[in-house]
Order: sequence, then structure tokens, then C-alpha cells
Amino acid sequence: MKRFALAAAMLALLAAAAPVEEKQLAVFAPLTSYTLPVVERAGHEYVGLLELLEPLGRVSSELAGKRWRIRYDDTEGDFEAGRNQARIHGKDISLTAPFVIENSRGLVPLASLGLLLPRFLGMNVDFHESGRRLLVGNVGIRPSFHVESGPTRLVLNFGRAVNPTIATEPGRVRMVFKRDPVTSPGSQTIAFENQSITQANYSEANGQAELDVAASVPLIAAFSNNGQTITLSAAPAAAKTATNPVASSATPATATPTQNPPAPAGGVPAPSRPIAVVDAAHGGDERGAALTDRLAEKDVTLGFGRLLRHELEQRGFAVVMLRDGDVNIPMDQRAGMANGAHAALYVCLHAASQGSGAIVYTSLLPVEGQSAGVFRAWNSAQAATLGNSRTAATAIVQWLQKADFTTRAASASLRPLNNLVMPAVAVELAPGPGGLEDLASANYQQKAAVAVAEGLASVRDKLGAQP
Amino acid sequence: MIPRHLVLSVAVMLVVVIAMGIYIRHVRNEARKVESADADVQPVAPPAAGPTEAVTLYVAYDAAGQLRAQAAQIPLPGGRQQRAEELLRALLNIYRQPEAGHPLAAASDVRSVYLVDPGAAVIDINSAFADEHRSGVMVEQLTVDSLVETLAVNVPGIQRVKILVDGKGRDTLAGHADLMDWFDVETVKQAVGGQ
Repeated sequence: MKRFALAAAMLALLAAAAPVEEKQLAVFAPLTSYTLPVVERAGHEYVGLLELLEPLGRVSSELAGKRWRIRYDDTEGDFEAGRNQARIHGKDISLTAPFVIENSRGLVPLASLGLLLPRFLGMNVDFHESGRRLLVGNVGIRPSFHVESGPTRLVLNFGRAVNPTIATEPGRVRMVFKRDPVTSPGSQTIAFENQSITQANYSEANGQAELDVAASVPLIAAFSNNGQTITLSAAPAAAKTATNPVASSATPATATPTQNPPAPAGGVPAPSRPIAVVDAAHGGDERGAALTDRLAEKDVTLGFGRLLRHELEQRGFAVVMLRDGDVNIPMDQRAGMANGAHAALYVCLHAASQGSGAIVYTSLLPVEGQSAGVFRAWNSAQAATLGNSRTAATAIVQWLQKADFTTRAASASLRPLNNLVMPAVAVELAPGPGGLEDLASANYQQKAAVAVAEGLASVRDKLGAQP
Repeated sequence: MIPRHLVLSVAVMLVVVIAMGIYIRHVRNEARKVESADADVQPVAPPAAGPTEAVTLYVAYDAAGQLRAQAAQIPLPGGRQQRAEELLRALLNIYRQPEAGHPLAAASDVRSVYLVDPGAAVIDINSAFADEHRSGVMVEQLTVDSLVETLAVNVPGIQRVKILVDGKGRDTLAGHADLMDWFDVETVKQAVGGQ
């Protein structure tokens, strides 16, 4: 009894020290999907409104004392710190909790998103508050189930390509959808009239959707129909019961370091559009340069990256964003993810407080390593495509100049440029005429993003797809 | 019912753990103060004396984002390695001036330059140089280009250069410029010439 009590006390201590999972909101829109951190203030959950709207369109904000104004396309929203009332496009709206201003960021209560966002976006949103998932427009994917006999199979049709992580355990298969706007099939539990595959349960939590399929036999999963169909069937009798995760057709990305570089965030884009990789430098505990006392380089690059993603998608690129949140991804992993995406081009984004305008960099190749046959030396993998990289850089510089940026092209020993097999550039954004404040300005970043996207679009045909 | 002495034991253990955590943090902060104080008082190597020679320094200017060749007369010792060290110290001296166009920390210094035949040079800078360097692609690359180009132009036969910090490899100078590989002098020369 004494030993049990001591063990319980130790476990309690360990549990108290265990890391708490960060709360996040997953947003799914027609052209993009991303996650945002959710913070808790005075017992309510909040999310940054500017960060929420930024990837969806042109957005800017102004702070005057306790009043905060946000402009999304042509819609203006006026908020005041500590007040539950807001005014969106001339109409009053009640928030479920007081508006908060923190470090010039406007935070709105999570529970109010279902009411707020249609006013800004001009379209319906489907907000699942308990699961922290927000679907903008008609992006939801509702799966359909079909059980076949002889041999027993469960066929799940999604209508669009999906990319879940799949784990098989004795008696169940667990599919977790982090990047796909999968929604409930109609009811939380679907029972099948089958002795082997008995039922499927749907749930949502912390931005993810999960489908659990219960079975009395070990199951294996297979993708088909370009990732639109997942078929669960009984594992061969000779196979052992699987307890390890089963790889999907395109291993989904995580932001944690792994042995083998995973496929990048955003799933596998449609093959008909050229793939552009956008890499917001730094992240997590690697803040980058301290641009001001409060503004870190990692925050500017992420905002800039999201805007660039939007602009590139508008111009016909399928965009893979290596980091879509505040996480640190090692350089080798970034290079592996980009190379693994077989992208047509790669853009890395930096920001600096020195200088003005923007500088576009290509790789300053080091002393070349030994390439062997089809294998390229890691530290000089960029050598074969450096010419195309410079073509892209020149085009970006021209478009930045048209947009009145002070700009030039240069070379830099900047990872992971050296390790990439596709045309690769880095853009370092510096202050404009408005000084350091420009770096935090969505308008300024938007202007640069448009210029970079136009530059890349203008040379898209010259860059060529990667093998 | 948990015995009272057991509850007291766990409570005492908790207090000890918390107290030790606070003490360890205090000791670590004190150690950091001592380290930075030592770094601050480490003297920069005094300039060499003797007859001067004409050299070309490639000096960085942040406003223009480029290097400019600048003729200088500096005293250089006889040995090839010592000459390389004094050359780079003369360059750093420019960057340590109050109104420098590319300011570096006052404690920045080159610890040594190793010339390894054939054609390799290793520049060993001190930790203050890297730790207190401003962070940014342009400013860091200008420093790297300036060191490599100045060395290569004035020390015949240098083909590749490596930069170490306190004798050890380091991923980046200050978060951006990659220091893990050897710099090819010819590539840097072309890049500098294209600015």
C-alpha cells in the first residue's frame, strides 16, 4: 500500500511535468489549408484574426490605442479591447467574449468565428468548435462507405485525394486526417452488417479528423484512384498482426525531425500544375534575426510565405509550404522535403532589419563534392540547375523593381539552397520607405509577394519540371 | 489513508526539487556572467610593428550591399601565416571603428589563420565575432566575402577557405551564412565581382 502510494505520487509529478499538447485551429479553404495556434485568455479560447485571414486574401490592420481596425479586401472590421461588440462592414456583431489586443495582435474568441468570418469572407463557413476545425466554402469531404464480401473489404471513397496517417492496431485501423477537410459521414458511428469489419467511428479533436474502423481481423490499407479511395482488407493469413503505422501513398509531413525526410505539408498537389515549394525560414526556437524588440524574423517569413503561397496559387502553381506554423525544421529535412516533392522551383524567405527593399539570392556553391552517376553530391546538388535559379532570380528582381522595391540579385552561402535539385532562390525582405514597420505590414509583404509570384510565373515555362 | 510520514516525505522531496532547480538556475546565470565578462576583457591582438606594405582590403559596405577594394599600407611580419593574420586584423580594425560601414563587435578578432598547402586556408575567428555578429543574409555574406576575398587577393595560392569559430566548426555565422563547407575562392571572386 505504501509502495503504491509512492508510485502514484511519482506518476503525478511526472504527469505535471509532461508537455501539454498545443491547441490549434485547422482552417480549410478552397485554395489553402493551414493551422493556427489557439491561446487561452480568462477562460476563453482565442485566435489571431489577422493571422486567420492573411492566407485567404489581402489583409491589413491598424492599431490606435484600444481600437483595432482590420481590413480584408473591401471589408472593414472595428474592434475595441475589452469589449464584446464589434462592427463589421457597418453592422454590429456580438462576440462571445471580450476582444483582446496583445503585442499589437487582435485576438477574437474562437467561439465567435462562425459569426465573424462569413461577414469578412462573404461566403459560408462550417465551424466545428469542439474539434477546432474551420471549413471555408464547400471544401468539406464527406466519405462514403461500401463493404464488399468475398473477400471482405471496406472501400472508403472521398471524392478527392486525401493523405491521412494510418495506424493499424489489433482490432482497429485508425486514420487521422490533419491536412484534409474530411467531415462527418453523417453520423458519428456507422455500423456495418459484417462479421469482420464491424463499424466505423468519426471524431474530431484539436484540428484533426479521425476515422476509426473496428474489425475482428487484422486489416491492411491500400490507396487507389489517385488517392481518392482507401480500401481496407483482411491482411494475408501469413502476415503478423501489424502494430506499427502503415505508410500512406504519400507519407504526410510533420514538423518534427525524422530519419527519412517526409513528404512536405499540403499533401500531393495535382500533377497538372507546376509545384512551387515555399520555405519560410527559421521557426520554433530558432527565431532568426531580432528585427525589432518584438518582431522576430521567423514571424515575418511565415506571414510573407502565406501571402506568397496565395499569390502563386492564383497564378497556376500548386504550392507546398514546408512550414505553416511556428515550428523549427532542420535544414537537411527542408532540403529533403523539397527534393522529395519533385518541385519545379523553390523559394526561401528571409527578412532583415538592415538594408532596404529586397535581395534575391542564388546559391554560392562550395567546393564541389564528388558526384557519382545519377547521385549528386549533397553539398553541391544545386550545381546542375544553378543557371535556371539565376533565371528565376533575374525575373523576380525585374518584377520587384517594377513594384518600386530597391532590389538586386546576389549569391549567398545559404542553406538549403546548395542541397536542392530544382531551381532555388532565397528572397530577403528588408525595410521599405516606412522603415522597420514595413516588415510587419501585410500590405508591404503582399506587394513583395505579388512581385515574386509574377516573376516566377513569367519564367515558369523556362524552368522545367524536375525528374 | 496515506500515512502521514509518507505525505511529509513527498512534500519534502518536492520542496528540495524546486529549491535545487532555482539554485541551479542561479549558478548557471552566474557562470554566464563570468564567461561574458571574460570575453569582454580579452584583449584584441595588438597590431604588428615594422615596415609597411601595400595591400588591398575588400571592405564591406552595408548601405551599398557590396565590397569595395581599398588600398592600405599595413605593417606585415615575415611569416606567411602571420602576414595572413595581420591582413585580416587590419580589415577587422576598419569594421571596429565607430562609424564603420559594416560594423562588427568590438571584441571581434581573428585567432589564427592556418595555411595548409596546397591552396587551403582556415580562418579561425573568436566566438565574440560570431556570437555578436548581426543576423541577416546580406550582412553575414558580406563578412564572409570580405574575409575570403581579402585573404585570397593578398596571399598567393589560396584556392579554398574554411571559417572556424574558436577552433570548431559552426553551422552558420549568425543564423544565415553557411560555414560548414569550404568556400571556393574563384566562386566568391565571381560573386563579388558581380555585385
